[in-house]
Amino acid sequence: MAGALLEVDAIVKRFGGFTALNQVSLHVKAGERFGLIGPNGSGKTTLINCVAGTLHADAGRVVFEGRDITTLPPHRRTRLGIARSFQIPKPFTSMSVRDNLGIPLEYAGHGHAGGGADDILRDIGLDAKAHLRPGRLTQIEMRKLELARAMAARPKLLISDEAMAGLSHAEVDDILAILFRLNAAGITIIMIEHIMRAVMRFSERIVVLDAGERIAEGTPDEIIRNPAVERAYLGE
Amino acid sequence: MRRTGLVLLAGTAVVAAGIAVAALRVNPYLPVNSYLYFAGYVILQYVVIATAWNILGGYAGYVNFGTPAFFALGAYTAVFLIRTVHPPLPVLILAGGLVAALLGLGIGYLTLRLRGTFFSIATLALSVVLQTVIMNWDFVGGSRGLSVLRPSGPPFGNYVVFLFTVMVGLAVVAVLVARFIERSWIGRGLAALRDSEEAAECMGVPTLRLKLFATTVSGFLLGVAGAPFPYYVTFVEPNSAFAIDYAVNALAMPMIGGTTSWVGPVIGAVLLGTAQQLATVTISSELNLFIVGVVLVAFVVLAPEGILGLVRRLRGR
Repeated sequence: MAGALLEVDAIVKRFGGFTALNQVSLHVKAGERFGLIGPNGSGKTTLINCVAGTLHADAGRVVFEGRDITTLPPHRRTRLGIARSFQIPKPFTSMSVRDNLGIPLEYAGHGHAGGGADDILRDIGLDAKAHLRPGRLTQIEMRKLELARAMAARPKLLISDEAMAGLSHAEVDDILAILFRLNAAGITIIMIEHIMRAVMRFSERIVVLDAGERIAEGTPDEIIRNPAVERAYLGE
Repeated sequence: MRRTGLVLLAGTAVVAAGIAVAALRVNPYLPVNSYLYFAGYVILQYVVIATAWNILGGYAGYVNFGTPAFFALGAYTAVFLIRTVHPPLPVLILAGGLVAALLGLGIGYLTLRLRGTFFSIATLALSVVLQTVIMNWDFVGGSRGLSVLRPSGPPFGNYVVFLFTVMVGLAVVAVLVARFIERSWIGRGLAALRDSEEAAECMGVPTLRLKLFATTVSGFLLGVAGAPFPYYVTFVEPNSAFAIDYAVNALAMPMIGGTTSWVGPVIGAVLLGTAQQLATVTISSELNLFIVGVVLVAFVVLAPEGILGLVRRLRGR
């Protein structure tokens, strides 16, 4: 697909005899807000792991900015501009919040264009906690730290893996506002989310996975009316 | 605090070297207190070992139970060279370090598949395997052991004093290397992968390369600590070169001192090493590991971050 920032081409991933992803293809355009949804166990996080490099696909290709990155280790992909947040936050627990951001800034930040850790923390609303260890943060602050740390890698593509799970209504809006702001600043965003209100409002285009297969693609309105999607979520 | 730490270290080294030289001035044949140098050598050797272990175990979080393998590899490399080309001591030390570094690089690749407890078990097994090999290798003494003659005429004074001075130098070098790693981007990357290897990798940290670096440098310094051992004991046999004491002390000393800073292993080695030496003289040599065990349990329960953590907590930070 010409002009695509990220292209996933017929990815297959098996765990033993279980096929977690079966010939899944999708593309994400530069600057897009892209939603990836599906029931639990449908393969969303596996797909993201194949894109970020934490898992290697058994077949298929991952192409980023026209370059085949299928076999690159995760840290090389991060340097090329793919950053992610983790579904279950994985902060660097022995470091302060500020030093957490220091790692991607030092290792993947492409110099220091666009300000340092403090600027990112201020943008995301964590500046008052910069000196604390992550263990002292609340649930939402931990999610914000995940996003802030991913931002410190200066990504072109940000993958937000269930950044809102377990948050309150107001907190979801808070995170959404941050993601909208990042997108407005030119960052392409893939959002994986179970909170439909959030994905539907955020995404320009959505792909639906079910049991490792891609079952639908379209705008939020099209997805809501899609009978296959309804079946996947609610059963026959 | 950082500057003072370095000054303290340099000061200690100068004082130790000064004592060595002064004692020689008084009496070059040193009947006075040869034992002090003997004991001092062991303590300094543990400063090197604890510091080396901590580069992998403390900074990167990979617990190595195979310290005896690296130490003995350094010692037996020296034995092999003494029996063949008989090079001077600096060459022995360098060679011992390099061979152990190769082994370190090897266990570095183990970290690709083994993490946590499984890595530790593998390193323990490595030590057993290597000991078996040495026990069946007659050229370096096999299981019976081998007497090693010290070179006649050390550069100054008595050979024990000379070895003590060499060990002072090695300890300073080891600590400086650890301190450099800790303060550099390498140390920060290692800390990140210790906290979460997956997150570190996804934040651009080349985790495999850093782990290989840590295992190699740690292995090198452990081998360096072992290389002068044949000249120190003059009789090398597998049970003493592969003693479990090295595995336990290498782990206990940094844990007691504090694993996050280069100062920790030094504090732990000096305290525990001295306590062991005192116990050996005053009570019994069998009490060594008992002391380590009791102190280690006490620290794990009461001060899991070691003496450094305790100090930090008392300062209210």
